[in-house]
Amino acid sequence: MKKLLNNWLIQVLLFLSLLGLTAYGSQIINDITSPYVLTIGLFIGINLIMALGLNLITGVTGQLSLGHAAFMSIGAYASAIATVNYHLPFLVGVLIGGLIACFFGIIIGFPTLRLTGDYLAIATLGFAEIVRVQFTNMKITNGAIGFLGIEGSTTFPIVMTIAVQTICAMVWLENSRNGRAMLAIREDEVASSAVGINTTLYKIQAFAIGAFCAGVGGALFAHTTTFIQPTDFGFQKSVDILSIIVLGGLGSIPGTIIGAIVLTAAPEILRPLANYRMIVYGLLLVVIMIFRPYGLMGGVNLRQAVRRAMMFPKKKQAGREE
Amino acid sequence: MLTLEKINVSYGSIRALHGISLEVKKGEIVALIGANGAGKSTTLRTISGLLKPSNKDSRITFKDVQIQGMLPHKIVEMGLSHVPEGRRVFPEMSVYENLLMGAHTRKGKPGQADFDRVYHHFPRLKERIKQLAGTLSGGEQQMLAMGRALMARPDLLILDEPSMGLAPMLVEEIFHIIEDINVAGTTILLVEQNAHLALEISNRAYVLETGEIVLEGLAQDLATNEDIRKSYLGE
Repeated sequence: MKKLLNNWLIQVLLFLSLLGLTAYGSQIINDITSPYVLTIGLFIGINLIMALGLNLITGVTGQLSLGHAAFMSIGAYASAIATVNYHLPFLVGVLIGGLIACFFGIIIGFPTLRLTGDYLAIATLGFAEIVRVQFTNMKITNGAIGFLGIEGSTTFPIVMTIAVQTICAMVWLENSRNGRAMLAIREDEVASSAVGINTTLYKIQAFAIGAFCAGVGGALFAHTTTFIQPTDFGFQKSVDILSIIVLGGLGSIPGTIIGAIVLTAAPEILRPLANYRMIVYGLLLVVIMIFRPYGLMGGVNLRQAVRRAMMFPKKKQAGREE
Repeated sequence: MLTLEKINVSYGSIRALHGISLEVKKGEIVALIGANGAGKSTTLRTISGLLKPSNKDSRITFKDVQIQGMLPHKIVEMGLSHVPEGRRVFPEMSVYENLLMGAHTRKGKPGQADFDRVYHHFPRLKERIKQLAGTLSGGEQQMLAMGRALMARPDLLILDEPSMGLAPMLVEEIFHIIEDINVAGTTILLVEQNAHLALEISNRAYVLETGEIVLEGLAQDLATNEDIRKSYLGE
């Protein structure tokens, strides 16, 4: 069974059937659920896509970034300009948003890669502010007034399908040679270069892929709200995404999924509390971090979790794993 | 196999190395001994590309190729592996994953033969294959760091203070293993504070003092040298 799962053809078939199933399933959900709940689901998916990107940068590679909202805004504006000004199809716009954000991820990656920890965090924060101010002063983005008239093309099935694609890509990446190198950089950067890992290359790769995810998320966001303004992508947004991955468990894909669901749904579920809503929300964060300091799913690897759940024969694990 | 010529290294305005020249021949064990702050680790870090010499006329050649200025991972690819000071295993990864990372420079998956070679030198690692590296004892972590470096199939292995913080029994064991690895065909450059043990297993040695090489020669000659006995062997 394990051998079978390692065959790439089987993997591709599994991936495609999973994708089909998601599209079909989410279409059914789309038809029977109320628009209010559907919108929450939509934002869960969008936040999940962006959080998975940040998880690669911060959780897996260990590079603390406080500027994820900047990549999101780049994706949002780029896709909006593509679909509104250039009349490109929606999905092409999403792709363009992702690619341009990815490009900026690489650009920001180079100069900041000499920095680590807190210093990198401050540098990314500064980058995010520059981007926000830039969008406020640009003509094509309509400045502080905001970009109007974007078509609401994002649907629940589209978001879910892209989210599942992102999850699959991240799981695959995490278990690849590149993913292991990124993990090693988080563990110990000096030791990584001592074993021959090109630390610069993998850090830029993580930034590029993470920014791409944020850009796609931003594009989907723009085509959900149909109106975007620079203040949508402030520091608070970066912190929101960071909270998702910290609460879920840094570096854990299942954790990121649960984090996105909990933190996106919580403000809505707590709505009956009216004025006390955000207090309880903050309390929830504190309590979770006290009882689960490594996050809800800290240290859980999706493949291992699935394997354990399906009770694969344990005989082979004595010698070499995988 | 490895030659250094006139290497100067500075940390800011402080000069750590003044004109270091040394040579390691194929098949040798060469020891670099000296007190704290003499520049031993700095020398190793310069060889593996983590630090850059500050002077233009310096030369570092490995297998007749100029490696000065090359990126650290390129140097590892050429067959020079560095076991850094303080072991530095990947704590949240299992022993197996740590070894796998050691083979990173080689394309494709490492074969069972590579793992067997490491287990041959370090049988204890095989028993702990699934354990997280951070939970290993100090001696086991040192073994893992060395095993990880061996996974890259290096021609030259440079070891920074393999005895640091280990119990005397373990130190002996580690040094026996170093000899075994050398017999199996890997050249070794070793930095060590425990001059006694280092001189015992090495062919030749260099003595470093405040960034300069003050003495060099065959290990057995140095071991009987008056000054060395006084300064480093505590007699």
